[in-house]
Amino acid sequence: MPQFTDILFFGLAGLVLLFGFLTVANPFSRNPVTSAMFLVLTIVSLAGLYVLLHAFFLAAVQVLVYAGAVMVLFLFVIMLLDLKEEEHRRLKSGILAVGSLAVVAFVGILLATLLKAKPAASAVAGRLVEGDTAKLGTLLFENWLLPFEILSVLLLVAMVGVILLTKKDLK
Amino acid sequence: MEFLQYLSPSTQFVLFSALKIFAVFGVVMTAVAYAVLVERKVSAWIQNRVGPNRTAPFFINYLPVIGPFLVRLGIFQPMADGLKFLLKEDFTPNYVRKVYFWIAPAITVIPALMTVAVIPFGSTLGTEKMVIADLNVGILYTFGIVSLGVYGIVLAGYGSNSKYPFLGSIRSSAQMISYEIPMGMSVIPIFLVAGSLNLGDIIRYQAEHGWMILKQPVAFVIFLIAAFAETNRLPFDLPESESELVGGYHTEYSSMKLALFFLGEYANMIASSAMMVTLFCGGWTLPFVTALSTPSSSILIGLLHIGVFFAKMALFMILFIWVRWMLPRFRYDQLMDIGWRRFIPAALINIVVTALVVAFLHD
Repeated sequence: MPQFTDILFFGLAGLVLLFGFLTVANPFSRNPVTSAMFLVLTIVSLAGLYVLLHAFFLAAVQVLVYAGAVMVLFLFVIMLLDLKEEEHRRLKSGILAVGSLAVVAFVGILLATLLKAKPAASAVAGRLVEGDTAKLGTLLFENWLLPFEILSVLLLVAMVGVILLTKKDLK
Repeated sequence: MEFLQYLSPSTQFVLFSALKIFAVFGVVMTAVAYAVLVERKVSAWIQNRVGPNRTAPFFINYLPVIGPFLVRLGIFQPMADGLKFLLKEDFTPNYVRKVYFWIAPAITVIPALMTVAVIPFGSTLGTEKMVIADLNVGILYTFGIVSLGVYGIVLAGYGSNSKYPFLGSIRSSAQMISYEIPMGMSVIPIFLVAGSLNLGDIIRYQAEHGWMILKQPVAFVIFLIAAFAETNRLPFDLPESESELVGGYHTEYSSMKLALFFLGEYANMIASSAMMVTLFCGGWTLPFVTALSTPSSSILIGLLHIGVFFAKMALFMILFIWVRWMLPRFRYDQLMDIGWRRFIPAALINIVVTALVVAFLHD
C-alpha cells in the first residue's frame, strides 16, 4: 500500500503538470485571463509540493509573492489592456521553433543540475529549509550574503528602470 | 473518553483536527450571522432608530417576558435574513462570463475562512491545543491566504462584464495590494521583539512581557487601518462605493451569490479581529490574573481562555462596525496617498528603530 504522502505527491505533481499545460495550451479557451488563472493554480499546487518537502516557509512565500502579488498585477494588466488579438492569433512556425529550443535548453540545464546533485547534499538542504526561518535567515545573511545583496540591487535597478520608462518627458 | 487511548496518535490527530475544524467553522458562521445583526442594531442606535425588532418565530408566544425581549433585540433576524438570501431568485445576467461569475463568490469566501486555521483561539482543552494548525510560519500563511482573497473581487468584476463592477474590482485590487505592503511591514517589529513567527509563541511572549499594543503602538495603528482597507470596510470601501459605482464589484449579483460576498467580508473582519487580538492584545491571556495567563489542564480554565479570546475579538468587531457608521468615505487618491506615502515610510522607520533597540538591548 502506497504511503499517504506518496499519493499526495503524485496528486499534486499531476495537478502542477495539468494546470501548467492548461496555462500555455488550453484547448477550451484562448482567453489570457483564463491562462493567468491557471498559472495561479499551478503556483498554488507547487506550494503544496513544497509543503510535502516540509519547506513551509518557501510554500508560504510562494503563495504570498507569486500567487498573491505578482499574478494579481498580471491579471490587472491583462484586464486593463483587454487583449483581443491574442485570442485570434495563430501559432507561427518561427515562434514554435524558438519556444521548443527554450524548452530543450531549460530541460537540459535541469537534468544537468539533477545529475550533478549528490543525495547527501540535498539531505542537508532539506533539513535546513524545514520551516525554521531563523536558520534560513542565518544561512542567507552569513553564507550567501553577497548573492543576496546583488539580487536586491538587481531588483532595485529593475524598479528604477520601470519608473524611468513610465516617465513621458524626462528633465 | 476511555476509547481515545485505543486510537493511534495519527487517528487521534485526524479526529481532533476534524472536530476543531467543524467547531471553528460553526462558530465563525454564527458569528458572521450575528455580526450582521450587531451591525444593523449599532447603525440604528447611531442614527437614532430602533433597528430590526419584529422577527418572531411562532413559538415565541409561549415564552412570557423573555420572548418579546428577544424579539425586540432582533435575535431571530439573522435566520430570516439567511432564509431570504437562500430563497430569492438567483438571477444570472445574459452578458456575464459564466465560469468567472459563478466561482468569484466562492473564491471570496474560501480564503476568508482558511485564515482562521492558524489562530490560537485558546490555550488548551484537556491536552489538546486550541489551534487547528500550529504552524511555525503562521503569520506568513495568513498573509499568503489573505492575498488570495483579491481574486474573488477581481474575478467578480471581470466576470460581470459590465463597467461599474469592473471599475470596482480594479480599484479593489489596487487597494488591497497597496495595503498588504504596510500591513506586512507593520508586523515585522512584533517578530523582532518576540523572536518567533509562531502565533502561539507571540501570545506566550505577551503573557510574560506585556501586550504588544503598548510596545508597538505605531505598528498597531498601521495594522488596524490597513485591516479596514483589506476588508473593504468604510472609510475605505471604495470597491463598493454605492454613490459612484452603484454597488461596485457585486452590482450584477443577486441571491445567495451576493450573500457570499457579504459572508466573505464579515469572515475577513472576524479573521483580522482575531489577528489583532493575537498579535497586539495578548490573545487568550488576561494580565494581572495568573490563572488566566498560563495554559492549564483544567477544562474550565481552558473554556475561560476561549471566552476571553472571543470577548476581545467581539470588541474589535464592534470597533469595525462603529467606525463604519461614524466616518465618511475617503477619496481614492487620498486612500492611495495614505497607504504609499504615509504608512509605508512609517512602517519602515518603525522596523529600523525596533531593530536598533532590540540589537542594543541584546548586547
